[in-house]
Amino acid sequence: MSIDHIASLIFGRLDWNALPFHEPILVATFAVVVLGGLTTLALITRYKLWGYLWTEWFTTVDHKKIGIMYMILGLVMFLRGFADAIMMRLQQAMAFGGAEGYLNAHHYDQIFTAHGVIMIFFVAMPLITGLMNYLVPLQIGARDVSFPFLNNFSFWMTTAGAVLVMASLFIGEFARTGWLAYPPLSGIGYSPGVGVDYYIWALQIAGVGTTLSGINLIATIVKMRAPGMGLMKMPIFTWTSLCANVLIVASFPVLTAVLALLTADRYLGTNFFTNDFGGNPMMYVNLIWIWGHPEVYILILPLFGVFSEVTSTFSGKKLFGYTSMVYATVVITILSYLVWLHHFFTMGSGASVNSFFGITTMIISIPTGAKLFNWLFTMYRGRIRFELPMMWTVAFMLTFVVGGMTGVMLAVPPADFVLHNSLFLIAHFHNVIIAGVLFGLFAAINFWWPKAFGFKLDKKWGLVSFWCWVVGFWVAFAPLYVLGFMGVTRRMRVFDDPSYQIWFIIAAVGAGIIAVGILAMLIQFAVSIINRDKLRDETGDPWHGRTLEWSTSSPPPNYNFAKTPIIHDSDAWWDMKARGYERPIDGYRPIHMPANTGAGVILAGLSTVMGFALIWYMWWLAALSFFALIAYAIFHTFNYKRDYYIPTETVQATEDAHTKALAAAAAKG
Amino acid sequence: MSHAASLNPDYVDEAGRPIYHPVEEPHHPEGHSTMLGFWMYLMSDCLIFAMLFAVYAVIGGNYAAGPAPKDLFDLPLVALNTSMLLMSSITYGFAMLAMVKNRTAQMQTWLAITGLFGLCFLGIELYEFAHMIHLGATPQRSGFLSAFFVLVGTHGLHVTFGIIWLVTLMIQVWQKGLIPANKRRLMCLSLFWHFLDVIWIGVFTFVYLFGMLR
Amino acid sequence: MSAEAHNEHAAKTLSDHHHDDHHHGDDHDHGSFKTYMIGFLLSVVLTAIPFWLVMSEALAPQTTGLIITAFAVVQIVVHMVFFLHMNHKSEGGWNMLALIFTIVIVVIAVAGSVWVMYHLNTNMMPTHEMQSMG
Repeated sequence: MSIDHIASLIFGRLDWNALPFHEPILVATFAVVVLGGLTTLALITRYKLWGYLWTEWFTTVDHKKIGIMYMILGLVMFLRGFADAIMMRLQQAMAFGGAEGYLNAHHYDQIFTAHGVIMIFFVAMPLITGLMNYLVPLQIGARDVSFPFLNNFSFWMTTAGAVLVMASLFIGEFARTGWLAYPPLSGIGYSPGVGVDYYIWALQIAGVGTTLSGINLIATIVKMRAPGMGLMKMPIFTWTSLCANVLIVASFPVLTAVLALLTADRYLGTNFFTNDFGGNPMMYVNLIWIWGHPEVYILILPLFGVFSEVTSTFSGKKLFGYTSMVYATVVITILSYLVWLHHFFTMGSGASVNSFFGITTMIISIPTGAKLFNWLFTMYRGRIRFELPMMWTVAFMLTFVVGGMTGVMLAVPPADFVLHNSLFLIAHFHNVIIAGVLFGLFAAINFWWPKAFGFKLDKKWGLVSFWCWVVGFWVAFAPLYVLGFMGVTRRMRVFDDPSYQIWFIIAAVGAGIIAVGILAMLIQFAVSIINRDKLRDETGDPWHGRTLEWSTSSPPPNYNFAKTPIIHDSDAWWDMKARGYERPIDGYRPIHMPANTGAGVILAGLSTVMGFALIWYMWWLAALSFFALIAYAIFHTFNYKRDYYIPTETVQATEDAHTKALAAAAAKG
Repeated sequence: MSHAASLNPDYVDEAGRPIYHPVEEPHHPEGHSTMLGFWMYLMSDCLIFAMLFAVYAVIGGNYAAGPAPKDLFDLPLVALNTSMLLMSSITYGFAMLAMVKNRTAQMQTWLAITGLFGLCFLGIELYEFAHMIHLGATPQRSGFLSAFFVLVGTHGLHVTFGIIWLVTLMIQVWQKGLIPANKRRLMCLSLFWHFLDVIWIGVFTFVYLFGMLR
Repeated sequence: MSAEAHNEHAAKTLSDHHHDDHHHGDDHDHGSFKTYMIGFLLSVVLTAIPFWLVMSEALAPQTTGLIITAFAVVQIVVHMVFFLHMNHKSEGGWNMLALIFTIVIVVIAVAGSVWVMYHLNTNMMPTHEMQSMG
């Protein structure tokens, strides 16, 4: 047996060639990441923070801390995804008239794939999951979610997926197939490398977390609402979260199944999506969009909830048309399963199929339009306060409408035949995702930051970030609409026609303005943390809020509510304030809480190892980590003691502190 | 205030003023959401199987000049296999009836019998697979066979995990007795086990029986 | 409603809040020996007849196909009712709602996929035509 043979038994396909020494950009990035990483680790060790991080954060089952960890994960991955974006913009602005630009095809193809995968799965998903995790229990007057341990486990599985994607940057390669990895290109014949395998296992592992977190939040909303909170008294964000989680549970299994079949094709040589032996690549496209279209609504629905909360809070009015908002959300939930084919009109379906899906697509824009009118009527004759969350909301309304309109254009099959896979499509979905999902998240971050950390965000830097983003967005994406009409297709690395170049340069300038916006946001966070004493929120209700989360202190105690509230109105806290509610200051009981556990970290860690081993064909390690995973999961079920009580004295002390803070704030203001 | 109309009539005191905190904290006993959560998991699993059925429906007729269902399926064997699963379902039911009456030993016996039926089912299925592969009808041979092996195999994998879970639960009942946590787990496994039986109805009808009709 | 009655009602609901959420593990429907046996016997019959129909080739394939599909649907309902104890009350109706929603999605996805893929095939250019073009 040769050395090579033994090495391949141990390391599978992994060898020194897998490290990208030949890519100067990657080597430099790697150096920066290693230096930054080592510095962070050294600082954590220096200040002896490992114990704190482990007991207070990594092993926590507190939905608020898990929510914050999701948000941090999403923001970190956002920086990576944006780095990919700006590299593409630069490449496309440069590579004209025989110039090759600065990215080779192998690298460029990975970048556009990674950009899409990261932005959807590891930015948008963690950010909305984090938001729902943080807010839903607070809004429904609960002390935690239904399955606190599962919540921790879900978070770490999502992180495990993100870790695999990041690993692909420096060990091997990422997929070069576009973000949905259509076969036969993603089949073993055309993509024999590890890229698609990184893609598959990252998404499968993160998908487990996403599905379980969806189940968890549905159960929480169904089971844990405070007394009096009937379904039609739930805050609108909770409603949209419920629908988004229903969509998660009813669509992520589809992704799991279709990726599993692609895995079988690649690892076992089956013929699901091959061109030979009776496979059908079109079936992959069909199935993945049965997941993909509901996914779009998973991303946007919770943000519709955010916009509703923000609009009504900063207009000082009850939300206009609460009932119609709920029905619109439910209708969107169901209709989102009837439109998937509009992503592949051009694949050759006949007139009956294409017109059916074209019409359903146009119909789904109706409830969305109804929502927009509800927000406008909420603002109408309201006393609008233009704080940052409201500004993001107004920017959303103005920008998102254009994205919606171009979406309806694409829903017309003959128009789609012209525009399919052109930059018009790219402009359209960035128009809805950036203006809808990202602007919504920024509104949410500015709105709920004081709740989570006890101080407001700096307004000046927030405004800088806001204007850079809004202007930058239009400068970056309006040219893509134009280019789409000129017939430019997506995912191109070099161009011949010099008349395109000016538009690509404008788009690159737009991306630069957005970069300043992102930088301003990071500065905003830093400045606010430094000035936190000046920005302090003592009351827990800095915006004169309407829903229950504002009735707690900022940040809320780990048990959320010392005494469970009773709900009389959908704007429960507003209603309580209006009726002169007096906060009880004694008579507390011990509070039953779930206990922290390291099981989530361990299980997700084993899953990461298993994924990595499968990607590199290290079969022994894959088998070992798989059996370790099963064994540890079984072992974990033998632990029956998973809760503890917070004694009355602790509750009393915590609540007394809040009472004092409230009194001091009242005296001051 | 004009708010009065919207007060929740269940929560007002004698003077008609709203009550904002219950006297007794609402009790959420451990595991109060488990059955609902597990049901939702089953629904999501159901969708995975639905996708596999959809794939079978679309490419299950693509034999690629290879063997067709009629060349491969042995209906008496499938009938035998079906009866194993059906028997295991009723024995699991008996285990649950024993559990309700807190008859631990009786329940454990029924669980063991259920597990044995499950093992027989798996044994027969593996024999069938081995036989087909021996005939050259491997999962790689055609779209039809890929779809067949993955659909039926996924069901088989579920049964395998069901048996592992069953053994784990038997140990836990043996250690801790029929405490509420264990009863809840047994009810979850009950749903899982019967759910697999429901999936099998789809498998034997649409894969095996329809295969012979083609 | 008088004040007292009202108050009594309030007190009752306060202590009894979320009455349908309070499953302590034992008030679930576990069925009885009788219901299990009914379910089992029905399943045996509903399994045996389709197998017999196909093995004996008593009817035309198309008729057989329709009949065994109907039997499968009935048997699934039987399993749901007698083994999985589905009813509109379990978990306050949420289980049933989840099931109905899932069935709707499954029907849309499976029937839709078959419809879409069938259409793709009909619009494919037949191989011989392509050869004659080349």
